[in-house]
Amino acid sequence: MKLTLAQKMLWAASALALIAFAALAWTGGLRAGGTGEAAQEAFRPEFRLEDAADRPVTSEGFRGRYQLVFFGFTNCPDVCPTTLSEVAQVMDGLGSEADRVQPLFISVDSERDAGAELAEFTSAFHPSILGLAGSPEATQAATESFKVFFAREDDAAAPDGYSMAHASALYLIGPDGDWLRQYAYGMPAADILADLQNRL
Amino acid sequence: MKLPVAAVLAFALSAGFVQAEPVRQGDLEIDAAWARASIGSSRPGAAYFTVRNLGDEADRLTGLSSPVSAMPMLHETTLSEGISRMAHVEAAEIPAGGELTLEPGGMHVMLMELTTPLKEGATFPLTLTFEAGGEITVEMPVFGPGATGPAE
Ligand SMILES: [Cu+2]
Repeated sequence: MKLTLAQKMLWAASALALIAFAALAWTGGLRAGGTGEAAQEAFRPEFRLEDAADRPVTSEGFRGRYQLVFFGFTNCPDVCPTTLSEVAQVMDGLGSEADRVQPLFISVDSERDAGAELAEFTSAFHPSILGLAGSPEATQAATESFKVFFAREDDAAAPDGYSMAHASALYLIGPDGDWLRQYAYGMPAADILADLQNRL
Repeated sequence: MKLPVAAVLAFALSAGFVQAEPVRQGDLEIDAAWARASIGSSRPGAAYFTVRNLGDEADRLTGLSSPVSAMPMLHETTLSEGISRMAHVEAAEIPAGGELTLEPGGMHVMLMELTTPLKEGATFPLTLTFEAGGEITVEMPVFGPGATGPAE
């Protein structure tokens, strides 16, 4: 088969495009906890945790509603309250549509956070926010499923001698359980609200 | 962020408190001081302010003390690759003619081992120690647990 120069160039261009696509897909898979809003391959985060009354709560229990998920810990006085107060503004802004969105606060601090501790924390921001926690294994499984990073870091200058590094974005899960997008830390509540209202 | 004076005033009045006046001592001025209500007293609180250096020599914030906390510390939140972390900061510089701003998501006073819960609407004294400027005590107004600035 003889190829014209134009055909060769087309083949070369498509080969390049394929390589570029493969590279993109590969780096996309490494974006755990990343800040970008680039499209990710569809996935369905799963978790099996407990609420403040120690009742089991699973991801399947929220089918049919959107979930707005934040990972944090209750000994976090700076970043976590900022984000949860944004969630509160979003929930207030949704008005009559608020029941179609379930905000979840998933603790990555299984050592300290459980039961009443969680409820006391989440209810300080908005009554609709559901606090969840679990065993170290269940917590690990939940974060892996959401592809988010967290780590317990020893720090003499922190309460109890340690602090938690954690992904600081909000994650939106759709009514069928699919991961839809993240809202980066610091995104104004009005922008998050507008995006949600477009979907409802 | 600049807000119209009337809006700020309306907020201050409706919320039942008035924003703290700037405190000037020597070349230093402390402004926009506020703290977040703590959730119980077993969890740490956070406090924020701006230090302006009106002099022509740099100064450093080196110490903190307050009757409400047995362990107040200067912390900095860093965000990298979407991951937030807090780290202790030994001292922070206020350049000559410049300012040091403590705000959510950045530098903050971490009030650990609270001796009393920080309740919305209350105030408490916070003493800042500067290398050159000495000690300055500021009365910190406590805003709600979800407050994000000194005047929202
Ligand atoms: Cu801190």
